[in-house]
This record gives sequence, C-alpha cells and structure tokens, in this order.
Amino acid sequence: MAKTPKPDELSKINYTPPQSSWIDTPTELKEGYWCYGAKPKNLEILHFPNPREWRVQDEDWKLPENWQEIILEGMKERLDKYRSFKVFMDICVRCGACADKCHFFIGSGDPKNMPVLRAELLRSVYRGNFTAAGKILGKIAGARPLTLAVLKEWWYYFFQCTECRRCSVFCPYGIDTAEITMMGRELLNLLGLNTDWISGPAANCYMKGNHLGLEPHTIVGNLSYMLDDIETATGIKIEPTFNRKGAEILFVTPSGDLFADPGTYTCMGYLMLFHELGLDYTWSTYASEGGNFGFFTSNELAKRLNSKIYAEAKRLGVKWILGGECGHMWRVLNQYMDTWNGPADFLEVPKSPITGTVFENTKTTKMVHIAEFTADLIKNGKLKLDPKRNDNLKVTFHDSCNTSRGMGLFEEPRYIINNVCNNFYEMDELTIREKTFCCGSGSGLNAGENMEIRMRGGLPRANAVKDVVDKYGVNMVANICAIDRAVLTASLDYWVPGTKVTGVHELVANALIMKGEKERTTDLRGEPLPGMEGNE
Amino acid sequence: MKLTNLLSEKKSAVLNRWYDAILNTYPSDTSSFLKQQKNPFLNPVGSTIFQGIEDLFNELLQCKMEGERVSQFLDNIIRIRAVQNFTPSQCISFILFLKKVIREEIKDELATQHLYDELQELESKIDEMSLLAFDIFMKCREKLFQLKADELQRWTFRRLKKADEIYRQESVHEDIYDEITEFKRKEVAK
Repeated sequence: MAKTPKPDELSKINYTPPQSSWIDTPTELKEGYWCYGAKPKNLEILHFPNPREWRVQDEDWKLPENWQEIILEGMKERLDKYRSFKVFMDICVRCGACADKCHFFIGSGDPKNMPVLRAELLRSVYRGNFTAAGKILGKIAGARPLTLAVLKEWWYYFFQCTECRRCSVFCPYGIDTAEITMMGRELLNLLGLNTDWISGPAANCYMKGNHLGLEPHTIVGNLSYMLDDIETATGIKIEPTFNRKGAEILFVTPSGDLFADPGTYTCMGYLMLFHELGLDYTWSTYASEGGNFGFFTSNELAKRLNSKIYAEAKRLGVKWILGGECGHMWRVLNQYMDTWNGPADFLEVPKSPITGTVFENTKTTKMVHIAEFTADLIKNGKLKLDPKRNDNLKVTFHDSCNTSRGMGLFEEPRYIINNVCNNFYEMDELTIREKTFCCGSGSGLNAGENMEIRMRGGLPRANAVKDVVDKYGVNMVANICAIDRAVLTASLDYWVPGTKVTGVHELVANALIMKGEKERTTDLRGEPLPGMEGNE
Repeated sequence: MKLTNLLSEKKSAVLNRWYDAILNTYPSDTSSFLKQQKNPFLNPVGSTIFQGIEDLFNELLQCKMEGERVSQFLDNIIRIRAVQNFTPSQCISFILFLKKVIREEIKDELATQHLYDELQELESKIDEMSLLAFDIFMKCREKLFQLKADELQRWTFRRLKKADEIYRQESVHEDIYDEITEFKRKEVAK
C-alpha cells in the first residue's frame, strides 16, 4: 500500500528548484517538449545510419555499441574540417552577452536554453576529449565525459534551438551559436538520432522534390484550386505553365505555400502578380521546394536537397530564378547554394523584364527574392494598386530570422506593405530587423507534439505583437516566411487571440488592380472588402 | 479597514516579497535575469508577472473583487506558467505565496492590532483567486490541445476539400448511372 503522507509532511512542499550548477543538474526529457524520433524508413531513404524503430521516452535508444567512438570521431572530423567550429569551441569566455537573447530562454526560464549553456553541452565534451586542460583537470576545466545522459541532453536541447542566430548578433566574439547547434545535430545524426518532423520532409524532398511529398499532378491540382478561387474573387482566369522549357524565369517557392492556409493565399498572390505582369515564367513540379529540411540535419544533406534547383534551371534553360517568400530557404540560397552547387554560370545575372533593373546583389546566386522583385516594380510605378482594399487591416511586420540576419532584407517588405496598406505599425525596435525575435518554431521545430516548447519560444515575439495590438489595434501580422505563416497562426492564437497572419504578397494581391477584373467584393480569403460588406 | 490601510502602506514591500517568492520558483540563473532586466520586450515573463501581481494586489485591496478583471490579471501570468517547466500545482502556487508574504510582512501588527478577522476575510479572497486560477490553467492547457487539432485541420483542409469534390463527382456519376439504369428498365418494359 502506498505511504500516506502526514499533514505536516504535506505542508512541506518546496517550490524552489535545486540550485546546483548546470553540469550537476540532470536533464529530464519531458513529453510536450520533444519531437518524435525519426522513423527507419525515412533514414533509409536518405541513406542515414542506424535506421530502427525507437521511442524518445524509452530508456534504450538502440544505439550502436561503439556510439561514443562514432560521436568523438565525428567531432574530430568536423573540428578539422570546419575552422569556425574549432574557433567557436575555443574562444567563448562565457561573458553572458548571449545568455538572455534567446527566445527559448526568455520564454522558458530554463538556463540550458541560454545559448552559452547550450553550447557548453557540446564544449564540455570537446574539452574532455580534445584539450589537454580538460583531459587532465576534468570538471575543474569545465570538461565532462560523453555519457548516455549527455547524449540525451544534447538531443533534447539541440532541438530546442531554432538556429535563429539572434544570440550571435550580441556575441562580442561573433560566435554563431546556430552553427554549434548544426554541428550538434550533425553528430546526433551519425547515430540515427533525428526528429521525424525533420527526417520525414527531408526524405519526401529527396524522393519527390518537396517536403510534403506532393507529386506533379497534385501540385498542378492544388494550384488549380487556387486558380478557381482567384477567378471567383477577380473574374480572371489564370493559366500558369509547368516545367516549360525556354521560359525566361524559373519560380521556386516553399511547398507550404501550395498546401496550408494561410500560405495558400500568398501563393495566390504570386499567381496574380505574375499574370498581371505577363511574366515569362514557369513553375517546376520537380524543383518544387525552396525550403530545405536537410539544412536542419547536416551540411551534406542540405547540399544534396538543394542541388535540384540549379539542375532544374539548367534542364529548363531559364535565364534566372525567382524565389518566393520563405525564411531558411533564403539563408541556404543566399549563403550556401553558390558554393555548394554553383557556379551557376549557365544562368544570366537576373534582370527584371518589366523594369530593366539588374539585381547586382544576386550576381553569383542568380536568384532573386520576390520582395526585391516586387519592391522594384512598385518603385518604378509598374503596378496599379488600391491600398484602400486593405483598410480593414492594421498591419505589423515580423522580420523572419533568416531573411533579416541571413541576408539583410529589411526595407523591401516594409516598402511593399506601405504601398499596399494604409495602416502599418512597427513593433518595438528591440524586437525587429536584425534583433528580430524568432517565431519560436523554425529549424524543423514546427511539429505538433512539442507545442509547449513552441509556445515558450513564441512568447517574446507574441509579446511584442500584443503591444501593437493594445496600442494601435493591429489585427494582422505580415511576414515573408512559410514557417512563420504556419506557426505564428498557432502562437498568436495562444498569446494574442484574434490576431491573424499573412504573407506580404497576399496583401499585394488584394490591392492589385488587374486588367479586366470584375468589381472585387471580397479578398482572397472570401471575406468582404472594406465597404463591400453585404455585397459578397 | 485597518488591514487594508496597513497593506496599502506596505504595498511596495509586500509586492517585492511576493515577486521574490515567485522568482524563487525558477532556477537561480533565471531568477536573477527575471529580476534585473526591466525592459518588458526583453523580459516578458518578469514584467508580466510583476505587473500581474500588482494588479491582483490592488484588486484585493478593493472592497469587492471583480471576477472578470481578476481573471484577466491571473490569465496574464498563468498563460505563461502553463507552458513552463511546472506541475499544475507549481503553476498556480504563486497565488498562495501571498498569504505567507502578508503574514510575514505584518507580523508585529498582527499581534498588537487585532487584525485576525480582517486577515481571515482577505485570505478567503486569496483562496477564491486560487480557485479561479485553476479554471484558467485548465483553459490554457485545453487551448494547447485545441491548437494541435486546429493545426492538423489547416494542413489537411485542402486535401479533404479535394477528396470531398472527388466524392461528389462520383456521386454525380452514380446519379447518371441510376438514370441510365432506370431508362433501360423502361425501354425493356416497352
């Protein structure tokens, strides 16, 4: 029989957590905070090691017998290969500048979410195995052995980092903690330790070209639904082309835009804009994914998944590539694609066929962000716009981590919004542009089973949204990222209910006056335009 | 009223003590950050908790607590703690901390000024708050599950819509088939 506590024992509840140092505080893997483990079939498709059925909550993770050796070998290989990794392991002085910059730490209050401590999880093993001081002095030098508990702690916390790089903005040494997380995840993948939310889409992408595993006919089918909705709203029938050889431009966007609301409305925006311009472009049902979940797995897989974009551009014989609204897709395209799979010397330096503007900034990648493309159209007076159609909206803009800190894209989306909307309000300056807070679920953390972690991570962003909601009555958060569109919808529903989420090109499409359109009474969501209530 | 006046005078001391007690439910590295960082955008947890307990304390000192307002003030804090690393009891324990804080803060006056009746009344109000807190905690947790369901629906909506249309088309075929069968039956009957 269970021991019944006495009243005086019951009253002695201590709510104060243990005040031990991080290295002595064991980590308990709690449900709701982690994602399900990778399924063997997905690892097999990707040719990753140790495919097997396993469950995070089980004691036995079914690791190979020599798993420590594999990890330490993998670490050595990466320390030799990536100079940045070696430097980041050595130079941190634990000044704490990054400590309170992470949205997960701010939202959770868990010290191991401080970027410096998250990195220490790896550094402590590095010291213990690769530095003389660590080998001799052990714990005194901040070193610890690689045990199963340490490995599980890595798995827990490297999937509680969205690789957003906000901490790196504040590091006086320029340590990019996202790269430490990347290395941590690469090492875990050597043992078949990935989340299924990442390995599933990556496997889909490897086999079918996009994360959702949409086959060519499904892509065409999905777009045709959007075309029907566009026709209902505008009276205009649009007929885009697919896999058309000889088109001037290849358009690549994240597949989330093809499938889930509200991203689909952004996708309708692209279709309407390109139709209105009479752009000579084509969709591809093979390079049908701009995003790259390989990027959340390993450098090698990211490169493999990215290779289809240039390959398809070459096959179709286009002159340059235009890309849709996405976050991490652009970090990959802007910072990695050229050196991974370039040089794209078979393409031309992108030049807008409408304005004649040459996008010199994309001279090497040959790929233009749609926000740059559209801002240039507006600047040159090529679009007829009626911003009053968005008068029912009070809009703020959330800078996506990767487009802001990864490519410095600050002004273009704001310029577009200010031309298609009359009511725009900035969030607090400490939470936008290069200091922007992550949506809370980037880098493959946007699964369902880890909703609590997502809400914690989403708090700092939502808190800044709440401020403009209270002050100005903001009701719409615009952004240029497919993951933002998916996850802010949930996060804001929890923290600031009633606030909606949109892509910038949905706003453009609402305001766009198209040749031959009927009198528009609804927006793309089928809701009445301002002044048209009762007419829809 | 004596107690209310006394607590109004000691408001700042009570709030600080209460705030410290709540911060102690976080690991020490975290509590020092929550205490030191005053900017609400950089420290939403600390600033929301402090603002929340101030609002709740003011409401307690009013003669009559207004349920809706109290719920909102509680909601601001509980919504955060409901997704942090706490058990349900730990999540809402912060309200009951106030009893201990008040008793400690007015220890001397309690002995000399016959405040027990008023204190009992005040503590009942605090108990009421903790019951409200339980409702709010449950709403937050239910919301989390709702979010998961909604997200799944957003991901599958277009797929289901498409499946539905295919089904309808098939129904149309069935209708035509039925008509043809009927026509043939009549033809044969002729």
